[in-house]
Amino acid sequence: MIPFDYAPASDTDSAVATVTARPGAAFLGGGTNLVDHMKLGIASPDLLVDVTRLPLDAVEELPDGGLRIGATVRNSDLAANPLLRSRYPLLSHALLAGASGQLRNAATTAGNLLQRTRCSYFQDVTTPCNKREPGSGCAAIGGWNRYHAVLGASEHCIAVHPSDMAVAMSAADAVVTVLGEEGERRVPLGEFYRLPGDTPQYDTNLAHGELITSVELPPLPAGARSGYRKVRDRASFAFALVSAAAVLVTDGGHVREARIAFGGLAHKPWRATHAEEALRGAVLGEEAFRLAADAELRYGQPLPGNAFKIPMARNALAALLRELAFVEERR
Amino acid sequence: MTTAKPLDVRSVGTSPERLDGPVKVTGTAPYAWEHPLRAPVFVQPLQAAVVRGRVTAMDAREALALDGVLAVLTPFDAPRIVDTGDAEMAVLQSDEVAFRGQFVGAVVAQTPEVARQAADLVDVEYEVWPHDTEFSADRPDLYRPEAVNPTYDTDTDDGDVDAALAAAPFTVDATYSTPMEHNNPMEPHTCVALWEGPDDEPQLTLYDSTQGAHAVRTTLAGLFGLPGDRVRVISPHVGGGFGSKGMPHAHNVLAVLAARVCAGRPVKLALTRQQMFSLAGYRTPTVQRLRLGADTRGRLTAVCHDVVEQTSRIKEFAEQTAVATRMMYASDNRRTSHRLAALDVPVPSWMRAPGEAPGMYAGECAMDELAHACGIDPVELRAINDPESDPETGRPWSGRHLVRCLRAGAERFGWDRRPEPGTRREGHWLAGMGVASSTYPGYYFPGSVAEIERRADVGGRADGYAVRIGAADLGTGTWTALSQIAADALDCPFDEVHLEIGDTAFPSATVAGGSSGLNSWGSAVVSAARAFRDEHGWEPAPGARTRTGVESADGGPDYAVHSFGAQFAEVRVNTDTGEVRVPRMLGVFSAGRIVNPRTARSQFIGGMVMGLSMALFEESVFDNGTGHVVNHDFAQYHVPSCSDVLDIDATWLDEPDMQANPMGSKGIGEIGIVGSAAAVANAVFNATGIRVRDLPVTPDKLLRL
Repeated sequence: MIPFDYAPASDTDSAVATVTARPGAAFLGGGTNLVDHMKLGIASPDLLVDVTRLPLDAVEELPDGGLRIGATVRNSDLAANPLLRSRYPLLSHALLAGASGQLRNAATTAGNLLQRTRCSYFQDVTTPCNKREPGSGCAAIGGWNRYHAVLGASEHCIAVHPSDMAVAMSAADAVVTVLGEEGERRVPLGEFYRLPGDTPQYDTNLAHGELITSVELPPLPAGARSGYRKVRDRASFAFALVSAAAVLVTDGGHVREARIAFGGLAHKPWRATHAEEALRGAVLGEEAFRLAADAELRYGQPLPGNAFKIPMARNALAALLRELAFVEERR
Repeated sequence: MTTAKPLDVRSVGTSPERLDGPVKVTGTAPYAWEHPLRAPVFVQPLQAAVVRGRVTAMDAREALALDGVLAVLTPFDAPRIVDTGDAEMAVLQSDEVAFRGQFVGAVVAQTPEVARQAADLVDVEYEVWPHDTEFSADRPDLYRPEAVNPTYDTDTDDGDVDAALAAAPFTVDATYSTPMEHNNPMEPHTCVALWEGPDDEPQLTLYDSTQGAHAVRTTLAGLFGLPGDRVRVISPHVGGGFGSKGMPHAHNVLAVLAARVCAGRPVKLALTRQQMFSLAGYRTPTVQRLRLGADTRGRLTAVCHDVVEQTSRIKEFAEQTAVATRMMYASDNRRTSHRLAALDVPVPSWMRAPGEAPGMYAGECAMDELAHACGIDPVELRAINDPESDPETGRPWSGRHLVRCLRAGAERFGWDRRPEPGTRREGHWLAGMGVASSTYPGYYFPGSVAEIERRADVGGRADGYAVRIGAADLGTGTWTALSQIAADALDCPFDEVHLEIGDTAFPSATVAGGSSGLNSWGSAVVSAARAFRDEHGWEPAPGARTRTGVESADGGPDYAVHSFGAQFAEVRVNTDTGEVRVPRMLGVFSAGRIVNPRTARSQFIGGMVMGLSMALFEESVFDNGTGHVVNHDFAQYHVPSCSDVLDIDATWLDEPDMQANPMGSKGIGEIGIVGSAAAVANAVFNATGIRVRDLPVTPDKLLRL
């Protein structure tokens, strides 16, 4: 362990100023990922600014019927929030599909968004990894890549984003509120994350020192049903092989509107706009669901070790849409 | 063979609560790391970052300059050990690297944090040599070991297998594979070493997490050239071992080397979870070809089991994967073989039911395939082929009740509701049932000794009996069950027994391995108790003491002593995603007399869960480029979560096997895992019609539904 300084933040502005001024500083939320990284040698911040005591722990109702979720709201509290459960079932389901009860009790909303890939090679400092050590190479491409990306990857990095919550937020058109030295800005979730390209060391478009203060959810369309389907190697406490989040509005046997995001397939939650387009106006049914999935997944470029993700993601999305479309089959 | 007089049982067979329960649930049971010691120091190992090569230089100047660092050990200046014949244990005795993750040095510091920081500052330079870690059944350099663990024949060939297969109306020819698996007990391997005293008369004390304190003493004393009485090993509580703590490993040597350098201070070393994947043993991957031939009535005419597995190039461990096939079913024509690939990999070792666990997975899946081919119910097929006597030795069984286990289990499980393969659809799930047989040898290791002493309270009045033996409790229930045996052997109330175990200060005990612990230690305790009564009578004075053991096993060559069981599993497979759920499992066992039903049930179920885990989850992913296990933590190496283990139950016939030992017990540590993986895999076939022959059965292998 490398010694570091620790400072509880007194207010958001000074927290941002402190971290911005010190290149080696980092914000500390629930610590469920960052502290692991410090033990493993992946991260070695010289200052941790603890933001968990800032007044960012409320879930507030917005005038338009949406919700504003404070950055430090714990995953367990958010999943159990009655407003979230009634208005955004997909997000409650996604939160409860993530990690374990103990981790959800500690993990924060902002920390969940900012958690880093669980790629085995990223987490092992004795192996090459362009995300951890740019220019060192990617051991996953020729190595163990069962969990890795089939969409949007690059020759430099095939890591996937591990969050369940972020996938549901993507389908819910969430907007992240970020405070920097220049003031506050609002970043739609679709612009929050980035693909690896030739700079896989950057997961997001945040600048050093920028602090997430909240996530805003606009109201889902009237009559929408929503859900989250996660496929994993065991029944609990495992990262997604694939997952799908969907918001579905139907109209007399047809799809009026669909919003879909995949997890476990890419460096970021993958908003499936091709699938959404394919579904618009389609007759509800297995054929339309599978065609929609294929409209997105045909861009997939799997490796031998993860080619199963394409049919698995197709089936997972079809299963979710079926569940949302046909009330009698809903859990 | 003489058979010792059976034990009259009163306490044995009842379920007193665990004697070690209160200290465990209150967190006060001292595990190896937790013994209160003055001024301990801490070891951080340095591991090889190359697969094969030589350490050419180590620069420890920066590490040594760090405040709190006491020493840096390197291959160039570590203390020498006396016997370097065992390459796994010859730690820091040479500059050569034989596998990635091997110890190449260590830092000793005042705190674990400083030790860890300093370890990162040690600069190690290597000469890198080409490596070969790729396990495959097609390698041209596979070799035939002289024997398989521990001393079984490598190959057997009875009758004419080829002719029988050619003539058989029904045959199965299938190849199965099991991956590398790691034991992963909850408590990481831990050794605290204290080297003290003058140079010519040193005393070494180890607080160790081990399945055999005396075995650790014998090995370490030999390596360091010490008389046995100068080494004491203390290990009252062990947080699981599953074989990986059945013998000392390299970390024990490293801890003692560090203790020699820091003489007079306790030196603490606990492996991290990641380090355990290189240094504490593992189960070899296997490729197993099974060929079965049967006549029109399902009677086996040929059984052929050919196994390929791996070992480390520096130390051979040959898992006895096909051994159970030699005795399991009646067939005149039987052939088995084991071949090894010697690779630049860590040293494989014992993992719960070495041999039987992977071998009976493949064998019992092949029996399921044969049942399907013949159109015979899998329970009936096993009953048809139940042998009258041991096919391998011709000896009578001391008690083989497999068919009764199968029939009792089938009745209780509702086996008659098993569907035709792939036909029971419940919404978007396919449901099915599977069965497999289980077996494990009734091992008994001679050599344990026990001591009985009439205790006195502070007023000098008689106060129960001390029963001392260096036995181990891995969380299995030894504290309680061995006390029950002692109570019956002394013919005194259970609460008058004060058991003392887990310390080489007590009489010598054999290892808790091969499901032999309670059989071996219990026999010694019975023998000592009887000798005590003979010597001191029924009203012994405080201080009266007797120490004795038993040298040879009862049973022995006159009988074939094995446990048996029937494993049933129900599974559901999701037709969209291939996810497998196991709503029910049932095990019915015949393992002689059950000493404590409460702790026994827990052990059976634990074994069955481990078999479920083997079927669906466990796989150490070995990257041949980097040369190490890449999924080396609990986030990636999956064992079942609570949500994966639903309605699971174990029961037993409870028939004393008086050919086994005075208690009539046969050992239950391993039989629970044997066959359970096959039952799950067979149930997956019954549910889906898909035969997955390569473990683990992950969702991607069932996507074509």
